[in-house]
Amino acid sequence: MNKRFLILSIPLVIFLAMVILFWKGLSLNPGELPSALIGKPMPSFKLSSVADPKIILTPEMFLGHVSVVNVWASWCMACRAEHGMLMDMSKQAGFKLYGLNYKDTQESANHWLKTFGDPFVTSIYDPTGTLGIDLGVYGVPETFILDKAGMIRYKYIGEIKASDWKNKLWPVIQKLQ
Amino acid sequence: MMLPEIGLAALIIAFLISVLQCVLPIIGAFKLNQRLIETARPLATVQFLLVALSFIILLHAFVINDFSLEYVALHSNTHLPLFYRIGAVWGAHEGSLLLWILILNVWTVAVCLFSRSVDKLMIARVIGVLGFISAGFLLFIIVTSNPFLRTFPNIPMDGADLNPILQDPGLMFHPPMLYMGYVGFSVAFAFAVAALLSGRLDAAWIRWTRPWTNVAWAFLTLGIVLGSAWAYRQLGWGGWWFWDPVENASLMPWLVGTALIHSLAVSEKRDVLKSWTVLLAIFAFSMSLMGTFLVRSGVLTSVHAFAVDPQRGLAILIYLFVVIGGSLTLYAWRASTVRAVNMFEVYSRETFLLANNVLLIVAAATVLIGTLYPLLLDALHLDKISVGPPYFNLVFSVLMTPLLFLLGLAPLSRWKTTDIKIFLQNTWVVFIVCIVLSLLIPFVFPSSLSFGLVLGLFLSFWIILVTLQDLTVKSKVFRRLSSLSLSYYGMVIAHIGMAVTTLGIVLSSHYSVERDVRLLPDQTATLSGYTFQFLGVHAMVGSNYKGVAGDFLVFQNGDDTPFAAMESEKRVYIVQNFESTKADINSTITRDLYVSLGDQYDDGSWSLRLYVKPFIRWIWAGGFMMLFGGLLAMFDHRYRVKK
Repeated sequence: MNKRFLILSIPLVIFLAMVILFWKGLSLNPGELPSALIGKPMPSFKLSSVADPKIILTPEMFLGHVSVVNVWASWCMACRAEHGMLMDMSKQAGFKLYGLNYKDTQESANHWLKTFGDPFVTSIYDPTGTLGIDLGVYGVPETFILDKAGMIRYKYIGEIKASDWKNKLWPVIQKLQ
Repeated sequence: MMLPEIGLAALIIAFLISVLQCVLPIIGAFKLNQRLIETARPLATVQFLLVALSFIILLHAFVINDFSLEYVALHSNTHLPLFYRIGAVWGAHEGSLLLWILILNVWTVAVCLFSRSVDKLMIARVIGVLGFISAGFLLFIIVTSNPFLRTFPNIPMDGADLNPILQDPGLMFHPPMLYMGYVGFSVAFAFAVAALLSGRLDAAWIRWTRPWTNVAWAFLTLGIVLGSAWAYRQLGWGGWWFWDPVENASLMPWLVGTALIHSLAVSEKRDVLKSWTVLLAIFAFSMSLMGTFLVRSGVLTSVHAFAVDPQRGLAILIYLFVVIGGSLTLYAWRASTVRAVNMFEVYSRETFLLANNVLLIVAAATVLIGTLYPLLLDALHLDKISVGPPYFNLVFSVLMTPLLFLLGLAPLSRWKTTDIKIFLQNTWVVFIVCIVLSLLIPFVFPSSLSFGLVLGLFLSFWIILVTLQDLTVKSKVFRRLSSLSLSYYGMVIAHIGMAVTTLGIVLSSHYSVERDVRLLPDQTATLSGYTFQFLGVHAMVGSNYKGVAGDFLVFQNGDDTPFAAMESEKRVYIVQNFESTKADINSTITRDLYVSLGDQYDDGSWSLRLYVKPFIRWIWAGGFMMLFGGLLAMFDHRYRVKK
C-alpha cells in the first residue's frame, strides 16, 4: 500500500462514514417528544374501520373510558416487534386499546391482523394519513393515551418495550382512572 | 383491461435486459470479444422501448382515470384537469421513480446515437455502466415501488386528488427538467468509471465527456430555475429559495457539476488534474443519487410531518452503497497509477480553475453538512434541531465572495503562466469604477446601508465589466468577433449570467418592501410609489375547486388611470378540503408587484399582503443565461459529431 493509494481512499472512507450515518438515521427511534396536542381533545375525524368499510368511526368512541391509541402500519418493521407487547397489553383491564392504521392498504392491514392476532377493540383506517398529520405523527409506531373525556394526555414515540409499559405508560393510565 | 399488468411485465423484462446490458458489453470489452461488444446498442434500445412502454401505460391510466390502480386512485381525480392528470404521473413516489428510469434510458439511447466516433470498447463499457445503474433502479421500482398495484376488489369511485400545492404549471416542467440534469450526470459518471475500468485515464474520455456534462448541467440549471420560480409563485410569501433539504438536494449536484465542467476544461487542455476530474465526475452523480435518497427515503423528513416506508430507504441506501462505494473503491485502486506529467505555475489559468473547484466543492460540502447536521445530532442522541437559512446564508456568502471575484479575473489569465503585472495593469481602472458604482447606488437609491449590498453590487459589476473588457480586447475592439470560439462566447454569457443572478439576489433582498393591510372594497393602499385599489371580491368555480377572487387596480402614484388590473385567488380544493392562496404577480424587467388575498373580517374588510420586489426576475434571467452559455459551449466545433 503506497501513500498515494491511501490519499485516494479518503473519499471512500468519508462516504462509508456517511452510509453508517444514513443507516442509523433510517432505524432512528426519535424517543419521547412533547406533543403540542397534549391536554387537547382528539382531532375530529370521520373514518371507516379497518375490518369493515361500512362502520364509520368518530372521536365519540373514546368517551367514558381511558383509551390507548396505537398508530401502526403493516409496512412498519418496528410495529412487528411491538406487536407481541400489544397482544399482552390487550389482556389487561382498565382501558381500551385502539389502533390507528396509518398510510396502509385495507388488504394488507387485515392480513396482518389475521396473521399476528388483533389486539385492538377496533382499528381506524387512515390510508392517506390525514388523521396522522392532525395528530402530528412523526413516525410509526406511536402511542397516545386519552382520558375519559377523550383528551390526549400522553404521547409515546417508537416501539413500546415491556419496561416502557411498566414504567411510563401504565402509571399514566392508573392515574387517569 | 390488462394494460397495467403489461406495464409491470415490461418493467420486469427491462430489468432482465438491463442486467444483460451491464454484463455482456463489459465482459466483451474485457475479453475483446467483438460479438459481445456489439450487443451494447441493441440491448440499450430494447430496454428504452420497454421502459417507455410502461411509462406510456401509466400515463394512459391517468388519462382514462383508471382508479383500479392504487397509484392513480391516490393521486388523481375525475375533476382534475387533464393537464394536471398528466403531471400527476410524476407527482408522487412511484411515478417519479419511473420518470427517473425513463430519463436514464433516454440518456443511454442518446449516448448510443451520438457516440459513433468514440472508441467502440469505451462505448461498450459506458453503456454497460449505465445498464448497471438502470438495473438497480428497476429492481428497486419493481420490488418496493410498483406503480401498477391494483386496488381489487374495492375499486374506488373516484380518486383522492392530486396534492393542491402541485397543481401548478410548474409540475409539468420542473421535475422532468431537474431529472434530466440529475440523471444526465450519469453519463459523465459512466465515462469516468469506464475509463477507470480500462485503466486508460487519458485525455480522450475527457473530450468525449465534456459536451454531455454541459447538457446535463444546463438541464439541471433549468430545473432549479423553474423550481425556484414555482416556489416564488405558489407558496405565497414571495420567497424564492428556502434552503429546504429537497432544494439542497438539487443545489449540491449543481455545485459539483459546475466544478466538473471547469475541471474537465483544465484536464482536456493541459492534461493535468486528471484523477481529480475523475473523482468529480463520480461526485456529481453521487450527489444526484444522494439527493434522491434524501428526498425519497424519509431520513430527513422523518423528523418532520411525514413517515415514509423505511424499507424503501434501506433499499436506496444499499443501492447507494453499491454504486458510489463501488466506484470510489475502483477509483482508489486505479487512479493511483496516474501521474501528472505537466506542471503549472502559481499564477496561471490552471490555478484559477483549481480555486474555482475548491471553492465550489467546499460550498457543496457546507450545504451537505447543513442538510445532514440535524440527522447527525439525532443519531448521536444529542439534540433535535434544524439548521435554518441563517447558517446557509452566512456560509454561502463567505464562500461566494472569493469565487465571484476570481470568476471575474479568470478569463484574463493564461495557461501555464501569467504575468501578474498584466493583471494589475488591465484591471485597476475597472476595479475603481466598480467600487464607485457600488457605493453610488445605495447613496442614490437609499436603503438600509449594508455591507452586503455594496459587496454584492461590486462583485456583479466586477464580473460584467472585466468580462466585457476581455471580450473587447480579444475581439480587437469587436472587429474580429467571429474569430472567437463558441465555447468562449458560452463562457462570457454564463459568467455574465452569474453576475445577473447575483444582482437580482442582492437588489431584491435589499430593496423589497412589503405591507400587510386591511381594506374595505374601494379603499386603497400605497407602497413604494404604487397605489393598489381593492375593488372587492367575486366568487369563482374551477373544475376541482371553488373560491373567491379579489380584484385590484394598480396606479403609478399621481396617475388617474390604472396601468394594471390584478386578481388574487383564494381556493378551496373540494376533494381534499384544502385551502390555498394564489397570489397575482405583475412583473416587468425592473420589478414585481405581488398581491395576496388573506382572510375576511366581520366588517367586510379583507386582509391583504402587498409586495414590491425590484429586479427579482434577474435571479432567474441569470439562470437562463448560464444554461444558454453551457449549451453554446457544447456546440463548439471541437465537439462536432463525426458521422
